[in-house]
Amino acid sequence: MLHRMVLPALTAIALAVSGCGASTGGKDSGGGGIAGAANGSGAAGDGVLKIGLLSTLDGPFAALGQAANDGAKLALLDAGAQRSGTGYRDGMTGLTIGGQKVELVVESSDATPDVALAAARRLVEKDGVDILVGPLGGDEGLAVKGYAKQHPEVTFVNGTSAAQNTTLRDPAANFFRFTTDGTQWMAGLGAYTVNTLHYKRVVTVAEDYSFPYDQVGGFMTPFCGAGGHVPKKVWVPLGTKDFSSFISSIPKDIDALYVALGGTDALNFVKQLDESSLKGTPIVGGSITVDGAVINGLGKRADGIVSAGPVAALDTVQYRDYAAKLKATFPQAGPPGLFDIGYYIEMTALLKALTEVKGKVDDGHKALNAALAKLTLDTPIGPVRLDQNRQAIANNYLFQVRDGQSALIQTIPDVNQTLGLDRAAFVAQPANDRDHPSCP
Amino acid sequence: MAVGAAPPTSRFPAVSRGRVLWTAGGIAVLALTVRELVAAPAVFVTTVLDGLTTAGLYFLVASGFTLIFGLLRVTNLAHGSFYLAGGYVGYSLREATGNWFLALAGAAVAVALLGLLFQLTVLRLVGGDPLRESLVTIGLSVVVADMTLAVWGGSSLDITIPPFLGSTIEVHGLIYSRFRLALLGLALLVGFGLWVLLHRTRLGMTIRAGVDDPLILATSGVNVPLVLSFVFGLGSLMAGLAGVAGGSYLSLSQGEDARYLLVSLLVVIVGGLGSVPGAVVGSVVVGLVQAFAQVHLPTYSVLVTFGVMIVILAVRPRGVLGGAE
Repeated sequence: MLHRMVLPALTAIALAVSGCGASTGGKDSGGGGIAGAANGSGAAGDGVLKIGLLSTLDGPFAALGQAANDGAKLALLDAGAQRSGTGYRDGMTGLTIGGQKVELVVESSDATPDVALAAARRLVEKDGVDILVGPLGGDEGLAVKGYAKQHPEVTFVNGTSAAQNTTLRDPAANFFRFTTDGTQWMAGLGAYTVNTLHYKRVVTVAEDYSFPYDQVGGFMTPFCGAGGHVPKKVWVPLGTKDFSSFISSIPKDIDALYVALGGTDALNFVKQLDESSLKGTPIVGGSITVDGAVINGLGKRADGIVSAGPVAALDTVQYRDYAAKLKATFPQAGPPGLFDIGYYIEMTALLKALTEVKGKVDDGHKALNAALAKLTLDTPIGPVRLDQNRQAIANNYLFQVRDGQSALIQTIPDVNQTLGLDRAAFVAQPANDRDHPSCP
Repeated sequence: MAVGAAPPTSRFPAVSRGRVLWTAGGIAVLALTVRELVAAPAVFVTTVLDGLTTAGLYFLVASGFTLIFGLLRVTNLAHGSFYLAGGYVGYSLREATGNWFLALAGAAVAVALLGLLFQLTVLRLVGGDPLRESLVTIGLSVVVADMTLAVWGGSSLDITIPPFLGSTIEVHGLIYSRFRLALLGLALLVGFGLWVLLHRTRLGMTIRAGVDDPLILATSGVNVPLVLSFVFGLGSLMAGLAGVAGGSYLSLSQGEDARYLLVSLLVVIVGGLGSVPGAVVGSVVVGLVQAFAQVHLPTYSVLVTFGVMIVILAVRPRGVLGGAE
């Protein structure tokens, strides 16, 4: 009797829960099968340049994917294309480069690497796109890089995926990333924490998957180098709401906490922190930790929190133009952010390179790839160029919450992927994970 | 127990495998406790409090689940959704009236009515077939998830705690959240209330009789369907109550329904399906194990929590306080 009831119950739970795991380990392998032999892929010379756009319009990060698509479409509108409809999944036409019509095809994933890979395969093998722009998330990016290696006849331009190893170790020759990675997003913060804030002993608190590994790595590498110590790293399972037991495991003799948690989780964490004997401990934040909701929710407690990231509301013509265009074209969009600006930059870079080579892709994308590799851009968030692994070198920004506002306090120019350290030595270090880097 | 039956050739008295395992487990727990107390007493006390307050919330959710299972023999897979719905209704009531206690009571009653309505209109029609019962409760959980998403949106919400519970208390340099202690108090109160209901009232006697043998109960002239509906409503009420209590310090978001359904299952499987004292034992075990695992083995805390379930099921397949079939 009992078994008959519990069994279907557990099966159902397994089904319900399996849909929730937002992050699985980075899958590096592509789809397998007969790579490159698909119909229509790399359909050069057919008079149509097909661009595939891949972001996350499904699942928990759907709102981020919508922002991403706004950004990518804004770049195409800039170049003269027209929207086929106002939906996020609608394509675009009307642009001609080098006598070829440019067509945008939209696909979506739910931020998991296997779904992103399936979407990339549909775009390349079914729709026959010449260029793929995307994906949005870090684990997705690692999966698409693996797939890019199997399809040298297609050019891949990143979306906003920010895993370090998409380009740092074992890169794909046809994968280009004009945005910085999760480690670069922390540039400047570690040194500032030691030298200006004089916090020497810091415990890190972050979720237990690849993106926070890179964020913690980006914070710790310069922090440890400047003489700081991290006596303990606390990794909480993704989706944790009750941090109390994790908080009681934090040593008391520390100067500050480095917190890399998503918006509301950061709010919960700080509230619970202030109900413990670590009450009032200063906070240093990751790139997605300090958002409007956190600043409002924490009130005065938020004042002084320092964080770093690649997007800042700059006082430049490029930024002001971009913000105005975004507002005018997509009235429902929020203020410029990581995802719309990221996709805008990637798509702008691609269109510029395509124009330079007059849309020529019938040489196995040789000219296009060469043009992309040496492209320089003046973006809304500063100048961008690529390194030898086709990874962006760009500015990073430091912020501090002052009077309930996140204020720009420092610009770190030309941050490269090795954070200014010797490339060979940097690559030889173990990849960022739970145990690396380390300076207890 | 088996001592008398020991073969005369053996030099040692036969000891049951269960007793050996329990003794070993007890010694291990004792040794760990002493080690913790010596190493870092403050951390130990805080962690115990964390574990117990978490257990309080788990008990609030799981007691309703186990009540419903005990009498109706329904694994209510919408129980987590009742938690979530209670939290969201409580949020709106708190925002509208400004009174946290009104939100707590109102949400509990609202969810009880929802549960009652569901039991009367849907569950009764498929009564007696465990598979169909499970399926309609899954159906309800999907409907509730989509409805709450449509009404309250996808971002996390916080139910504002009443000011006098929002601060901390300090004893000998140890700081702890008042609200969490109050939550533990609420759980104790509810547990006591349930005990009174089940053991000191005629209705409780009827319910217990129904758990033991529904057929005999029906032949003795009791209106069994009415009792079943009452218990389902009561179980839902507890979930709604837990939703407001939990949503006040852990925030509400989509997906919490699956988490609390899983917690309920874990607690009642450890404690014994259908037994309210079992839910007490189960929630305390799960709460404490989880708290200590998060301190010492954060990466594998989930694994450790479920590992305990596996060990307990291996020793006592019906849970710690589970009765015979």
